[in-house]
Amino acid sequence: MKVLVCVKQTFDTEAKIELKDGKIADAGINLIINPYDEVAVEGGIQLKEKKVVDEVVVLSAGSDKAMDAIRTALAMGADRGILVKQDTSADEYARAVALAAAIKEENPDIILAGHVAADDGSSQVPTRIAEILGLPHINVITEIEVAGGKATCTCEADGGTLVAEVALPAVISSQVSWNEPRYPSMKGIMQAKKKPVTTADAAAADNKVTIIEYAMPPAKQAGIKMEDEPEVCATKLAEWMKNTVKVEV
Amino acid sequence: MAGTWVIVEQRDGNIRKVTYEMLSEAKKLGDEVSAVVFGKSVEGLASEFAKYGADKVYAVEGDLFAEYNTGAYVAQLAAMIAEYSPNAVLFAHTFNGRDFASRLAQKLEAGLATDAIAVELSAGKGVFTRAIYAGKALAKVEVATNPVMATIRAGVMEVVESAGAGAVVKPAVAATATDVYQNIKSFVPTVSARPDLTEAETVISGGRGCKGPDGIKLVEDLADLLGAAVGGSRASIDSGWLGHELQVGQTGKVVCPNLYIAAGISGAIQHLAGMSSSKFIAAINTDPEAPIFNVSDFGVVADLFKVIPTLVTELKK
Ligand SMILES: Cc1cc2nc3c(=O)[nH]c(=O)nc-3n(C[C@H](O)[C@H](O)[C@H](O)COP(=O)(O)OP(=O)(O)OC[C@H]3O[C@@H](n4cnc5c(N)ncnc54)[C@H](O)[C@@H]3O)c2cc1C
Ligand SMILES: Cc1cc2nc3c(=O)[nH]c(=O)nc-3n(C[C@H](O)[C@H](O)[C@H](O)COP(=O)(O)OP(=O)(O)OC[C@H]3O[C@@H](n4cnc5c(N)ncnc54)[C@H](O)[C@@H]3O)c2cc1C
Repeated sequence: MKVLVCVKQTFDTEAKIELKDGKIADAGINLIINPYDEVAVEGGIQLKEKKVVDEVVVLSAGSDKAMDAIRTALAMGADRGILVKQDTSADEYARAVALAAAIKEENPDIILAGHVAADDGSSQVPTRIAEILGLPHINVITEIEVAGGKATCTCEADGGTLVAEVALPAVISSQVSWNEPRYPSMKGIMQAKKKPVTTADAAAADNKVTIIEYAMPPAKQAGIKMEDEPEVCATKLAEWMKNTVKVEV
Repeated sequence: MAGTWVIVEQRDGNIRKVTYEMLSEAKKLGDEVSAVVFGKSVEGLASEFAKYGADKVYAVEGDLFAEYNTGAYVAQLAAMIAEYSPNAVLFAHTFNGRDFASRLAQKLEAGLATDAIAVELSAGKGVFTRAIYAGKALAKVEVATNPVMATIRAGVMEVVESAGAGAVVKPAVAATATDVYQNIKSFVPTVSARPDLTEAETVISGGRGCKGPDGIKLVEDLADLLGAAVGGSRASIDSGWLGHELQVGQTGKVVCPNLYIAAGISGAIQHLAGMSSSKFIAAINTDPEAPIFNVSDFGVVADLFKVIPTLVTELKK
């Protein structure tokens, strides 16, 4: 069996966001693998270690820079990579079309992804890929059990824990609490350089969504900050909660 | 225009507040508003939606819809959209809503704006504001595919009561058992007497400064006094003091309560991503330089172990 993991390269979560010429400035920003996708890569590697699958392929769509994200995943332990060259301005639809086309070529048994990208935050791409390929999907998983051509997943649903089963092949997206991604070892980093990465051009698709403009959120005004005896602070805080916030006890 | 549809979020007849927020917002936009509710037997809920302006209530009933499952729900809603041609369809940005909207959007080869915090609708077009880069920037996007679709962040829009006719429509059932591809084995609700983190009016969160279960207990006592939800920073989740579903932040939940209190939380950028759009923010932290104070309306530089017990006593007065 083969697992394919979709990895998006995103800004470091610490990155300071600024606008330049009306666009999000990317100069000097440290790029990382989307934290959710790192978890998906780890999940894929663990399936290989458990001998559930025998190959872990990573797939990323983006510019040449995304090669770094692929190499990081290879250093963690994935076997080979695919870079689909695509303009960053592809929307969720166009992204899913491009990724689905590459996945179809590979014909994996399990397609893993993050449930959301930490930057654009759409939570759409994995589910769209599943629809395009006519496959079942499960989102936001924290556990996976693969047996008898099926995957049984535990998901962090709203208000509780859901367990659902799908027939493979299927698209499965991760929650960060699924596992603790490993750091690439020195040996892993060396090996990653020799692992094969193929590139392909993105399947053509027109965007369905247009970005009209970017803006910065209104700056939050810092309010009152008091330093005093804890009891005095507590009393003032209680007054503020009652009079300004109007909490009811 | 052929109306705005609001997809109801409910489980066992318990309707999530975001449903009312969406109905209220849709009503403001002027067009006819319909609530679309799926379930085993849900017609009886219609009056609930009428209170918030629903002119029509599409009750999609049957065993097939007893619990959310993507395949059947998508097949059914796609058939209804073909039959009734709504101008816009709004979903909640929740576990189910995101899943439902994304799969439907792709089936219809349509655009979708997820996690919207502001909505403008006109015939054949929707303009939505989305928070991106964990709230560090905003993007205004236009969706002009048919119908206009979006998922809406909970807690952002105001709930306004306004009477609607609430006329019940029972659409033909188009989905069949063959549309189902996920076998739901179990759903175990989180046992908690406290409100849901993303729905609560007040959220009290504890961080590493709580130092352990004893400090978290103080946070919980304060929460229970206020009928608030409990949340945490990643540090307190990773330490095992709270469950992962209670993590607030970039890789946890995004909350927009009326009041957020951060106790022993430094205010790392990834934490701020999850709570900085709260209406009022208070912070209790011993470090006067803690970044949490930059976003706080009321900050106290003091030991939470001393502040919270007095605060509880004072609030009870
Ligand atoms: C008109 C328009 C212009 C845009 N311009 C820009 C721009 O200039 N710069 C920019 O950075 N973004 C831009 N975007 C955003 C970009 O389109 C999004 O990255 C894309 O829509 C995917 O959404 P998401 O990243 O939120 O994915 P989500 O749906 O949140 O991602 C979930 C998961 O899908 C997988 N996935 C997503 N994207 C990829 C990928 N590229 N490769 C592999 N796996 C992936 C990952 O596993 C990820 O965890 C633009 C969007 C639009 C609509
Ligand atoms: C990819 C990524 C994603 C992340 N996602 C999240 C996320 O979703 N949510 C999140 O929260 N974090 C997230 N983090 C982690 C984040 O960077 C911080 O490490 C984390 O938020 C710190 O938690 P904290 O504020 O509780 O702990 P600390 O930063 O250690 O702060 C503890 C605070 O408690 C104060 N304190 C100590 N004793 C007392 C006392 N007696 N009384 C009052 N105050 C006291 C200290 O002054 C200090 O400010 C993420 C990190 C990464 C890299």
